[in-house]
Parts: sequence; structure tokens; C-alpha cells
Amino acid sequence: MPDQPETRKGVIRRFLDMSPDSAPKTVFVAVALCLVASMIVSATAVALRPLQEVNALKDKQVNILQVAGIYQPGEDVADAFAAFEAHVLDLDTGQFTDKFDPAEFDDRAAADDPQTSVELEDDPAGIGRQARYVTIYLLRNDSGGVDKVILPLHGYGLWSTLYGYIAVENDGNTIYGLQFYDHAETPGLGAEVDNPRWKALWSGKKLADENGDLQITVAKTPPPAGREYYVDALSGATLTSRGVDALVRFWLGERGYGPFLENLKAGDI
Amino acid sequence: MAQTRRTLLIDPLVDNNPITLQVLGICSALAVTSSLKVSMVMAIAVTLVTAFSSMFISVLRNQIPGSIRIIVQMVIIASLVIVVDQVLKAYAYDISKTLSVFVGLIITNCIVMGRAEAFAMKNPPIESFIDGVGNGLGYGLILMLVGTVRELFGAGSLFGVTILQTVNNGGWYVPNGLLLLPPSAFFVIGLLIWGFRTWKPAQVEKREFRIQTVEAH
Repeated sequence: MPDQPETRKGVIRRFLDMSPDSAPKTVFVAVALCLVASMIVSATAVALRPLQEVNALKDKQVNILQVAGIYQPGEDVADAFAAFEAHVLDLDTGQFTDKFDPAEFDDRAAADDPQTSVELEDDPAGIGRQARYVTIYLLRNDSGGVDKVILPLHGYGLWSTLYGYIAVENDGNTIYGLQFYDHAETPGLGAEVDNPRWKALWSGKKLADENGDLQITVAKTPPPAGREYYVDALSGATLTSRGVDALVRFWLGERGYGPFLENLKAGDI
Repeated sequence: MAQTRRTLLIDPLVDNNPITLQVLGICSALAVTSSLKVSMVMAIAVTLVTAFSSMFISVLRNQIPGSIRIIVQMVIIASLVIVVDQVLKAYAYDISKTLSVFVGLIITNCIVMGRAEAFAMKNPPIESFIDGVGNGLGYGLILMLVGTVRELFGAGSLFGVTILQTVNNGGWYVPNGLLLLPPSAFFVIGLLIWGFRTWKPAQVEKREFRIQTVEAH
């Protein structure tokens, strides 16, 4: 806070002795305080930004490692993450695009940019705008083929947008895992999307049937299509479960990763 | 009223507790106490913000114009809160993810404003700092008590360590889901206030009026 130097007593002393309630002093205190406070705040924000970015990146990488099932607590995250190949995917063609550098591409900014996103009229996942370009991650097996793909997805639950990743096996149809890394659902109810026992239900489920129709669903009772397409809804969290159902079906459907998964099945990736 | 620095620090813990006696800061006490870890970080953050904002406001108290004093206090408090939020994001990222909304709410925490207006505007900086620490600790004490009850019976764990194995995870304990929702803190805080006032009857407020007994003739 502003300490007044003792040496220049003339003007400053007189100013300090002025009644705090006089108009010039009120204006001066308001302006000076705002300046000092804004300098402190911006200095902190700028000084700490590199650390914060490292944290956010590490958090994202840990989540991708977890959903791919290769996260070991205590290991170096950046090293383990080097196993993944990042690609920017064009959702319309289902092919990778080299228009953007995956290291630089910002998915959330792309969803706001009219150049790279579309406004959704029919919007089951409640996301407003959908980016047509998405960063996805490939995990290769020992022989160089695709082992798993990690696809980001998000959508609205009860209180918040849930952000997560889904890991799909190389057949383009079997779910390996689903994990949300950012949400604000009700603790103990909707936030049970983080419960390891519930997440384990996703493993091995199929997305589409033989005809290629998307069947995966989160519901209270198994759908007619069969149990391999069914994840039991969270008890006490109907709206969160519906949100997860809608967002998974939206992102893995025609307007999401559908074309890409077709290419993956055909072996074009 | 002459207060020693010691009493400034000790008094807000029980005798003049900001939550149970002054009934301030209830909003955040409801919101963050569903787990102990979050309660503890919130308690530390509020203590730091209350202490330093009281100190800075006290340093400036003779220069702050009366007409804009609330805004001046808010600017100082808000700046400190942003600094705390940024530090948490840099050094305790996991906790900041669960707390970030509530950290912003420290700005509106009545305890911070209350101490600034009631104490720091009239007392020297060191005393104001100690008063801020004391009130932050008093707030933190209640947060920890409420957090213990809510996390233990709502999730069967303390600091995330499982104490009572819940049914969802294959154990025997059926957690009380209500305790994970903010309204349950009303019950816990209410019971605490009852307990405190039974222990220290001096905290019971005088009746504002008494219903007259009408005698039949």
C-alpha cells in the first residue's frame, strides 16, 4: 500500500493532513487505490501464469493417461504422455487435418471462433457452438498400428458443462474408458460420474450395432438392443445421467466422431 | 474497551465466534464444508485475506474518505482474493479446481467486510491484523467441525481417507446423502450454536420483547 516518502514533506504532508472527506482527496484516494490494486493483481497474474499453465497442461495429460488406462501415480507425466500422438481432426471428413498445429491448437477457443465452429440448432448436449476441428490423441501399439484413440467430449449435465475424454479401442466400436476432468455436478449424486466403480461400467461397452446404428446409452433399464450398449444411470442423478447420455451419443454420432470412427474401422487412420 | 492482543486472537474462537455468535459468513460455510480438505484450504484462505485486508485497511484508515469507504475496502479485499486465487492455481491446482468458485466468494464473505468495517477502520494495523487472524481462525474452527461431521457421515471419509466403507464401494455404511448437500450445514451449524450457547450462556441474546401474560379475572 502507498507509503508516503518522508522527505518531500511540503505537498504530501499538506495533502495527508487534508480532511479525507474533501472532494480532491476522495478522487485521489479512489484513483491511487485502483492503480495500486490493479498493479498488484496484474503483477501476480503475470508472474504466476507460467506455473498455472504447466499445472493445467499436466492435469489434462494425467486425465488422458487415466482414460487410456496407463497412468501410474508418481511417474513423470510428460514422459508417459510422450506415448501419445496428438492430431487435429476435421469432424466433417473424419480425417486428420494439417491446417493447424496440434501443439498450438486451442480447442476451447476454436469452439468460439466462427471460422472453425458452427452454431447448433438441434443441440442435445447443450453446448451451443461446436468446433469442427478437435484435438484427439492416438496411442499406438508395439507394431505401429492404432491401439486406442482418446476423444474429447463435453456437454451439459445438471449444473455445469462436463468436460471429459472417451477412449475407444482400435475397432472403432469398443469403449475402453470414459472420464470427466471438469464438472460441477452435485457432490455425492451427479459427481459420482467420478466414482471409479461407475467409470468401470463403461469399459468394454459397444457404441453401435452391426447395422452401424449408435446404440450406446446411459439409462435406468437396459435398452432393447442389449446390455453391451447399456451403462446403468447414476441413482439420484437423473439429470446428470441424461446429460452424459446425450453428450456421449452426440459426440460419438454423425455430427461428432462418427465419420472418424468409420475411417478407423476401415483402417484408414 | 481495552483489548489485549491475546484476547483479540483468542476471543473470536469461542466467545465471539464470527459464525456461531455473529452469524456471519454462513454462505461459504454451507458451500465448502462437504469435505475437510476443501474446508481447511478455505479456512486458511479466509484467514489470510481477513488478516491482510484488515491490516491494509487499518494502515489507510485515516486517509479513507467516509463517502467511499466501503468501495475502498472492497477493492482491497477483492485484490487480495484474486492474489490468493492465482496463488492457489499455481501451487495447489487440484484444490483450486474445487474451490475456485468459492474463493471468488471470499470477496462477499461478511466476515472480511465485517472486520474491516467494525474493527480495522478504528484500530491500529497490528491489532487489526491479529483481529483478522483471530476471526479467520474462529471461522476456520467452525468450518473444520462442520466439515468433519459432513464428510464423515456424508462420504464415510476424513481428508479423503476412508473411515466408514460405503455401500457404493462395497462396504457396509450407507452414507447420508443430505450431508453432502449445502442445506445440511444449516443443521450442523444450528446444533453447534446450540451447543456453544449451552456451554456459554452469556452468548444467549436477550429477548427483544416478552409476550405479556394475560391473567384471567
